[in-house]
Amino acid sequence: MLTTRRTLLQASLALPAAGLLPRVAAAADPFKVGFIYVAPIGDAGWTFQHDLGRKALEASLGAAVKTTFVENVPEEGADAERVIRKLATEGHSLIYTTSFGFMEPTLKVAAKFPKVKFAHCTGYKRAANVSTYSARFYEGRYLTGLIAGRMTKSNVIGYVAAFPIPEVVQGINAVLLAARTVNPNVTIKVVFVSSWFDPGKERAAADTLISQGADVIMHHTDSSAVVQGGEEKGVWSFGYDSDMLRYGPKTNLTSVTMHWDDYYIDQTKAAMAGSWKSDDTWGGLKTGMVKLGPLNAAVPESVRAEVTAATAKIEAGTLLPFAGPIKDQAGAVKVAAGKSLSDGEILGMNWFAEGVQGKLG
Amino acid sequence: MHELEIAVAILVATLRAATPLVLAGFGELIAERSGVLNLGVEGMMLMGASVGFIGTVATGSPIIGLLLAMLAGAALAMVFGVLTLSLMANQVATGLALTIFGVGFSALVGVKWIGIPLEGIATDIWPSLSSSSPIVQQLMLLDPIVWLAVLVPFLIHRFIYRTRAGLVLRAVGESHDVAHALGYSVLKIRYLAVAFGGAMSGLAGAYLSLAYTPMWSENMVAGRGWIALALVVFSTWKPAWLALGSLLFGFVTIAQFQAEALGLALSPHLLAMLPYLATIVVLVLISRDATRLKLNAPAALGRPFHATA
Repeated sequence: MLTTRRTLLQASLALPAAGLLPRVAAAADPFKVGFIYVAPIGDAGWTFQHDLGRKALEASLGAAVKTTFVENVPEEGADAERVIRKLATEGHSLIYTTSFGFMEPTLKVAAKFPKVKFAHCTGYKRAANVSTYSARFYEGRYLTGLIAGRMTKSNVIGYVAAFPIPEVVQGINAVLLAARTVNPNVTIKVVFVSSWFDPGKERAAADTLISQGADVIMHHTDSSAVVQGGEEKGVWSFGYDSDMLRYGPKTNLTSVTMHWDDYYIDQTKAAMAGSWKSDDTWGGLKTGMVKLGPLNAAVPESVRAEVTAATAKIEAGTLLPFAGPIKDQAGAVKVAAGKSLSDGEILGMNWFAEGVQGKLG
Repeated sequence: MHELEIAVAILVATLRAATPLVLAGFGELIAERSGVLNLGVEGMMLMGASVGFIGTVATGSPIIGLLLAMLAGAALAMVFGVLTLSLMANQVATGLALTIFGVGFSALVGVKWIGIPLEGIATDIWPSLSSSSPIVQQLMLLDPIVWLAVLVPFLIHRFIYRTRAGLVLRAVGESHDVAHALGYSVLKIRYLAVAFGGAMSGLAGAYLSLAYTPMWSENMVAGRGWIALALVVFSTWKPAWLALGSLLFGFVTIAQFQAEALGLALSPHLLAMLPYLATIVVLVLISRDATRLKLNAPAALGRPFHATA
């Protein structure tokens, strides 16, 4: 069940020999589902949440499915394509590729295996046998922005970000817009560390932001280093991807968490029943794909009530995080009052809202 | 006052960021000065990071954790030593294999220890100074390994240029045949140098998992081993320049974050390049004389030694 790239390599070396063995095919062969992960599963973070989804799938469908995962597959180079093709040739009927950088390799392999179904996470290119899926992370970010706006004393929020891409920019803008609804003086300082996973750099960036006056820090990277840094310096923090409370029992206010369980179960069931269709899924608070982790005891009752109310409104569709009026950093109106950004505009977001201090591109 | 505080914050952060590069870099410097090119630094650092973390959590003592990390790094280096020195395997290929092995093995060893929060190495080693000014306090919050990393360049410079053992080490790295003819045991000296390099890499890795970001996570060294290796070459095997290069790399990384947080209107892509760019430019400038570079490189670097007489 556990397949790493190393054991895959060994397996491919052993293939010629395996071909000589008599094949024991049974009618009750389980439905094989493959998962490609960009990072080690670890204990928290993006890949960890996807693996929770895989486990939920196994628990839900039992012996009817057999899942395989390959972790730590690099986005660069030819590795991803090779690993995806390997899973396809091994008889996996449905393959989830769980990182943006797997987009082209997934499409390439999918074109050669029309009967195999693929689902690519956070991408925008589809094909007859390639679906895409992602979550409205920014809805969770909006809720953390409300809390941050109430908790900050210095009115400076520090944000450790990986790369200036729309998915990251959405989160930063959502936090700022939410925070300003409860505290108009809030500004956000952004530091890009140019890596999804480098605990040392993430921590150094957090320390820098704290030294420049941030008293609430959050991150869009994959380790828990920022939350740990907040705990050590006594500064409020928010986690991302997974619940990170144990890294900051005193100062971690909550985490924005991702949940792929239902999506994996529904899609796999559809593929088994033959009703699977290529489409795009973008879930949020309403579908439970994005949730807020448990709130720290330090969050006051009044703020909890605000968060609960905002959650209900976002789920009902009456509160849109990117509703106007919104100005960009130069003061130009990006979204007029009474209007709101379309999904397409949100997916392509490449500007910072007024109050964000940082530069894109 | 505010500017001064930011300056101290930058200084402290620079020292912390440079520490793993200094420790691993100076370990590798000794190995290369003896004529052995070990490209396995990243792998040895990862072993040190995981073993150091496990040792500290299991025994509750960071000192034992650090010692185990150094042992783990040295043990891995010894595997490299047996293969390249005794069995005369190709050093480049073996070093690369060592890194790949270290990445995988550290992950395997550490898999049960992921996600355990750790207090980290105590920093209040000078409690009597805790009442002084906030700036002194900031400096005093640096952990003991950082202070060790401040000392290491001076100690190793002294060892290489001012001691008999350092002279012998250099002789082995320049011409192993001559050193052999003079009666020195080339293999023994190289084994010691390689083991020292491994122990220092292990310590550098353990610094990351015990002090810099107290946690264990697969691949957490994130390429610092490769940067340390590059710094050794770009510094033309000179201790002073190696120390300078490490500090410069750490400083520009931190300065980049400070510039972004201050809101300087610079592209994040450009800023992300800066540490690499600045370090390469400076080190290329100070070593631009090709003949001097050739003179500085240990002449026997990467060449296997086989006693013929």
